[in-house]
Amino acid sequence: MQLTRVSYGKIILSPTIIILLLWILVPLALTVYYSFQSYNMLDGGSTGYIGWMNYEFFIFDEAFYDAIINTFITVLSLLLFTVFFGFIFASLLNSDIFLSGLVKVLYISPFLVIPTVSALLWKNLMMDPINGFIAFLLNLFNYEGIDFLNEYPLASIITMLSWTWIPFATLLILTSLKSIDKQMIESAKIDGANTFQISIFIILPNIIRSINVIILLETIFFLAVFAEISIATNGGPGTETTNLPFLIFQKGLQNFDVGESSAGGLIAVLLANFVAIFLINLLRKNI
Amino acid sequence: MINKIIISLITWFFGLVFFFPILWMFLTSFKTEMEAIKFPPSFIFELTLVNYFEIQERSNYFKYALNSITISFGSTFLGIALAIPVSWSLAFIKNKYKDFILLWILSTKMMPAVGVLVPMYIIFRDAKLMDTHFGMIVILTLTNLPIIVWLLYNYFAEIPYEIIESSHIDGANILNEIISIVLPLSLPGISSAFLLSVILCWNEAFWSLMLTSTNSAPLSVFIASFSSPEGLFWAKLSAASVMAIMPIMVLGWFSQKQLVSGLTFGAIK
Amino acid sequence: MKLFFKIITLLISLKEFMLKLISTISLFLFSFSVFAEKLTIVSVNNGDMVRMQKLASDFTKKNPGIELDFQFMEENVLRQKVTLDITNKGGAYDIMTIGMYEAPMWGEKGWLVPMNDLPSSFDIDDILPAVRGGLSHNGVLYAAPFYGESSFTMYRVDLFAEKGLTMPDKPTWGEIYKFAKALHNPPEVNGICLRGKPGWGENAAFIGTVANAFGARWVDDQWNPQLTGPAWTHAFSFYVDLVQNYGPKGAPNNGFNENLKLFNQGKCAMWIDATVAASFVTNKEESTVYNKVNFALAPSAVTEKGGWLWSWAIAIPAGTKKEAAAKKFIMWATSKDYIELVADKHGWANVPPGTRTSTYTNPMYLNNAPFARLTLAAMNAADPSMTGTLKPKPYIGVQFMTIPEFQAIGTEAGRQFSAALAGKKSVEDALESANKSAYKILKKGRYIK
Repeated sequence: MQLTRVSYGKIILSPTIIILLLWILVPLALTVYYSFQSYNMLDGGSTGYIGWMNYEFFIFDEAFYDAIINTFITVLSLLLFTVFFGFIFASLLNSDIFLSGLVKVLYISPFLVIPTVSALLWKNLMMDPINGFIAFLLNLFNYEGIDFLNEYPLASIITMLSWTWIPFATLLILTSLKSIDKQMIESAKIDGANTFQISIFIILPNIIRSINVIILLETIFFLAVFAEISIATNGGPGTETTNLPFLIFQKGLQNFDVGESSAGGLIAVLLANFVAIFLINLLRKNI
Repeated sequence: MINKIIISLITWFFGLVFFFPILWMFLTSFKTEMEAIKFPPSFIFELTLVNYFEIQERSNYFKYALNSITISFGSTFLGIALAIPVSWSLAFIKNKYKDFILLWILSTKMMPAVGVLVPMYIIFRDAKLMDTHFGMIVILTLTNLPIIVWLLYNYFAEIPYEIIESSHIDGANILNEIISIVLPLSLPGISSAFLLSVILCWNEAFWSLMLTSTNSAPLSVFIASFSSPEGLFWAKLSAASVMAIMPIMVLGWFSQKQLVSGLTFGAIK
Repeated sequence: MKLFFKIITLLISLKEFMLKLISTISLFLFSFSVFAEKLTIVSVNNGDMVRMQKLASDFTKKNPGIELDFQFMEENVLRQKVTLDITNKGGAYDIMTIGMYEAPMWGEKGWLVPMNDLPSSFDIDDILPAVRGGLSHNGVLYAAPFYGESSFTMYRVDLFAEKGLTMPDKPTWGEIYKFAKALHNPPEVNGICLRGKPGWGENAAFIGTVANAFGARWVDDQWNPQLTGPAWTHAFSFYVDLVQNYGPKGAPNNGFNENLKLFNQGKCAMWIDATVAASFVTNKEESTVYNKVNFALAPSAVTEKGGWLWSWAIAIPAGTKKEAAAKKFIMWATSKDYIELVADKHGWANVPPGTRTSTYTNPMYLNNAPFARLTLAAMNAADPSMTGTLKPKPYIGVQFMTIPEFQAIGTEAGRQFSAALAGKKSVEDALESANKSAYKILKKGRYIK
């Protein structure tokens, strides 16, 4: 019996789908279970069912509201910065310049750095208000050193993350730019179009696809930003740089409250799924 | 010509600005601790290798690097192997649930690692996967699988269906179709998915820290040992960081063309 | 030019690499054989511990057949991993470094192997009583102390002399304030460097001792948190005032390391912190002011209970199959012989401090460590018992409460303290938030009925 192509195709899907399902369901099921238990790791195990108390504690915690706001600010501003600067740098790299191959290497490097190293690098060598390099530059211009991580904590974190992710956006946009037929631009110029019109009508449509990909992939990563925050500011001062993943971490591995962090984890999953559905619907026509 | 010079200068300027922190860290790794915290910072100084030696003494860099390589490449091979059939199926087989499946696969990446730490820890402990290479490969594969599937799907989808059809006329069965037609045509996409996955695995810093101790600990654990000890540590940290990121940086530099080309999703015809 | 240096580096470290490569391969090949027992040791990456690793060949020489595998990490990460491992019986580590916070709690729960059958050469009675008590439960020692510390005042004799000031042996916070004001001269010198970095073992620990000095305690005997009470409010507003006016920039993020760096660069006229700092600030290799430092006790205010008590100790998780080998290691690392080994190889000033009375009666030590006398005095003055604060308290511990929930309480409090120091919150608001969160946690843990 020959399997039809279609059914063969569906069967091939199954193993991976099943594996992913297990990967999601099993830990998730346990997480759901723990979220209804009173479970501090230091007690050695769960001490009983407590219904919705963990959710209550998590949601009505002062920090929860801040975490949600910070998560959104982080994601939105990073998307904006990476796309905007990505476009600018990609345009620069796309132009006729000397040694373009070599300079590209400089641009992609930040993306290749391990996030923990990147955070340590920025926190200590660059942003330290007394010995850091930025302080040195400020002094050159007769300014006092600025305590970035205390006075502008969220902005500092966003700066670090931009440093890592602008190269990513730059690369993607660059390759779409390269694929735009130069002839088209030339003939448009001959027809009298100015730079602005060229940008809107020729360049933009061609890079929309890249931008959508950037937005989708980056959103997934930014919703889960954790390493940089935990190393650079540990969520502070106060809750200024606490985002949702960090809050969950705090409950789970600083307070060792497994119950509450599981509740938080579930909330984060739901939130992320909403965002995913929203985004994909928004961008589906362009993928 | 003037334009070329000006734009080159601007581009190079920003490039150097981006690269500078890494360069600075590299320089710091050759200073003594006292020199490293001098202010204003010194640009000319006596080079020393003492930090690199200290690091070798304290932790066996080789072991960690080997682990990183095993885990990154192992998980990438596994990921690609699992992803190819799925992406192929989604790209070429009529399936009314296709969009839903793609969306669902992507959404599995949305699960925050921290929230499932304790369940995963317990599962790993009971399945004796704790601190094993296999355990780490499995979990990193699952973490990156959605991205690989999605990348490959987009690249496969760019292959014109006519080519596939004509291979059927020539009598190719499904296995042939995949191996001799689809894979060669999408090699750039596969290699860039490969590279991206290796980079993501290498840079992963949560599971690798929590689920390993000595046997399978990769470089992210190596770094943790230099991150914030008592006393002065900037120079040692720089040296350790340089050693931790060097392999991937070199890999990234030499394969940047590959990395880039595959991420275009077929915009280049 | 850079390429040239890269090649040189490579060549020189190639030899090391080859050695390590060969040892890694042979280790792998021989891992199937059973004659070497491997002990996995996880520790905080403090100087004394790292030094221990360097001297470990002494142990392996005396104990062939036991192999040591060290893992170092910073305090917070260590705590997470160790707690995760021991509460879930992961079994990843054979020997763990824990502190005075964990030892009694985990000992009580039966998670640690008791240390009551160590051979007499260990001389358990030689251990400083405060340290021994802090690491025991019901009289049984659960972790062998590697080093112990209290807190005290370090100051620059040259700067004091310039302004004609004298630091008393037992200063009060009021006097410290006056000194800081007089000596504050930014950006060259800051009046005083103090902790601000959030963390229950960072700023919360320190501010806790300031609060103790002002007559406060974390909770009353009904476990109601006292952070909004008069003593805490007085203590904390004083602290914020002092740090904001006479402390360095970036203070809200400065922990032990950052302040050490500042002091060693000569940027602090005074620094009050752990006694272990003493060996760093008087070290010629690390400090530009190594010969200009003197010491005094931690400041008092309403009470003299101003210093803290802490010890990093080594323990064995219960249920381990390597108890015998592990105990041998612990004996080695915390014995009098080890102290002499360190003295031999690194000098008396660098021996692990604060563990044994014999160290402090040893003339070699007293002569080479100018801070020894005061360290001992500080440690003896610290009293973690329930009568250790002005008003009695239901918990054990000087700067922390030895209950599992304290990590949450202290971390949250530390976060609020840091926000107030950074000027983002008023003192009252910060204390209010910290108090509310402490109340919630204690209520959830059923301490408050």
